[in-house]
Amino acid sequence: METRPMELVCPAGTPAALRAAVEAGAHSVYCGFNDETNARNFPGLNFSRAEMADAIAHAHRHGAKVLVAINTFPRADAEKVWHRAVDDAAQCGADAIILADLGLLDYAANKYPDLRRHLSVQAAASNADAIRFYVEAFGVRRVVLPRVLSVAEIAAINREIDCETEVFVFGGLCVMAEGRCSLSSYATGKSPNMNGVCSPASHVRYVEEKGHLVSRLGDFTIDRVPRGAPAPYPTLCKGAFSAGPYRGHVFEEAVSLDAATLVPQLAAAGVTALKIEGRQRSRSYVTAVVGNFRRIVDAVAKGLPPPASELARLSEGQATTAGAYRKSWR
Amino acid sequence: MTKIAITLGPLLFHWSPERWSDFYARIADEAPVDRVCIGEVVCSKRLPFYIDRLPLAVERLRRAGKEVVLSSLALVTLKRERRSCAKLGAGGEFDVEINDLSMLPHLDKGRAFTVGPLINVYNGGTLDFLARRGARSVCLPPELPLPAVERLAREGRRLGVATEVWAFGRLPLAISGRCYHARVHGHAKDSCQFVCDRDEDGLLVETLDGQNFLAINGVQTLSSTYCSLLPDLAVLKKAGVSSLRLSPHSCDMVAVARTFRRALDGAMAPAEAQRALDDLVPQACFSNGFLNGPFGAAFTSLDGGR
Repeated sequence: METRPMELVCPAGTPAALRAAVEAGAHSVYCGFNDETNARNFPGLNFSRAEMADAIAHAHRHGAKVLVAINTFPRADAEKVWHRAVDDAAQCGADAIILADLGLLDYAANKYPDLRRHLSVQAAASNADAIRFYVEAFGVRRVVLPRVLSVAEIAAINREIDCETEVFVFGGLCVMAEGRCSLSSYATGKSPNMNGVCSPASHVRYVEEKGHLVSRLGDFTIDRVPRGAPAPYPTLCKGAFSAGPYRGHVFEEAVSLDAATLVPQLAAAGVTALKIEGRQRSRSYVTAVVGNFRRIVDAVAKGLPPPASELARLSEGQATTAGAYRKSWR
Repeated sequence: MTKIAITLGPLLFHWSPERWSDFYARIADEAPVDRVCIGEVVCSKRLPFYIDRLPLAVERLRRAGKEVVLSSLALVTLKRERRSCAKLGAGGEFDVEINDLSMLPHLDKGRAFTVGPLINVYNGGTLDFLARRGARSVCLPPELPLPAVERLAREGRRLGVATEVWAFGRLPLAISGRCYHARVHGHAKDSCQFVCDRDEDGLLVETLDGQNFLAINGVQTLSSTYCSLLPDLAVLKKAGVSSLRLSPHSCDMVAVARTFRRALDGAMAPAEAQRALDDLVPQACFSNGFLNGPFGAAFTSLDGGR
């Protein structure tokens, strides 16, 4: 039996990556403006207002949608900057905006009731009661689920709610509930919630010490590898530390998420859309990952087993995990 | 200017039931705190250990003239966790502090509630929304810098919402689906053997250089430093903050509360109060960097040193 394929939601950090994603078969592309209003606020990344309008027109010509992420928490003294981002996304013809902040959801729901609102993973809505609240209060149409849930829990949530769910299937993996983590600002002063960055490159240093390469974030050593070994980027929660009897990766290894083999189960759990992380990634990466997942969702829609994933080499630190989707991860 | 109040936050650690009862009895009898938040915020598996003791503790705190607030769980995923949140929301005789937004639909429309520090209140728009839903007081996220605290305190006064700041104790930095206490002891979360009860203030996480960095507490990650806003009382008063939150630790919390009260009342100079706090928690390094910059772990004392 053939069903409609799950919607593939793909990252774009640049207009070129957006075109590549559309060409590789993305049903939707998500991206943000080039400022602190989105959770991938990296130098040289993201879209100017003019680029956004062009990108949306390009995607629409090719039958793809554009979802604009405005998913940081507005600064108390600059809420207008975030309001303007919502205004401009509406103006540019975005198919949906992805939001996390209550105040901003309230603003968007009142000012643009017809503009689709998706709840960002940064809102960490981790159960059906929370999701129902966002649906009732702000007319949210889709929720991006936090990466703390197992497939069985996702299925149970879908049975109880009246909106779509979207889950991450590939790329970087937060081990903490997203949007509820200030580890990065504790070490660097810059956080995902306030600044759209985590463990920012501006605070990273690699130092040679007695035959070892030490990666530091702010004043803190995050990892240490023998000289010559590949030095992992010092993302705080993926670092090596010691805690009581334990020495090593206290929170998580340097792994990234790959849930390709779980796509049939996620479909059966009622998930509408699959999300690929990586707005900071290159065009060629986007092309490879999107193409791979498009083949998978097309096969699953036809009731066929998903083709073997070809992405092992693209994953950060080589190792991958299915994360919280398998209960043993906890 | 009205007097700044003191709130004792919910105990975040897994103490033995006897110790739990003794702690709240002593707080009731001796601590100069105006309000006590009580209940399980971190891990729902801990609650059965002391749930039977809650009514007695609450009664004693109330008799002692404390305002008692029941705190809700921070990360709610399981059915039984949702049921216990619903129950908390239905019982009208207590004030409730919400630590997850999934509590909102459980509260009757218009019923007043308070907002805990794990809810993302970063701006006036959010404060305004929560005020319309019935929020009467908000403990601001510890991550907020001073300009945001000033702004939100001002907005709070306009909206009739009291604003509180995290003023003492290890800072709550993250919450996860994964239990790190279980992980570092080689257990699965579902068979954790409650190893978190071995660390009364959390388990210290050091860098590979032996530098203190974080502390784990089950599914929660805290700072290794203890926040102290004693050096900042003057600016907080000026900002119009309504109350300070002290988070329970194994040190003498009655003495900690007295120190903050005396400093707030002007009976003790802030620098002297900070020295007293150094003596009360000798193993602690302090921080106030979220408020003052440049990063959360930093400490700016009154003499400008770090």
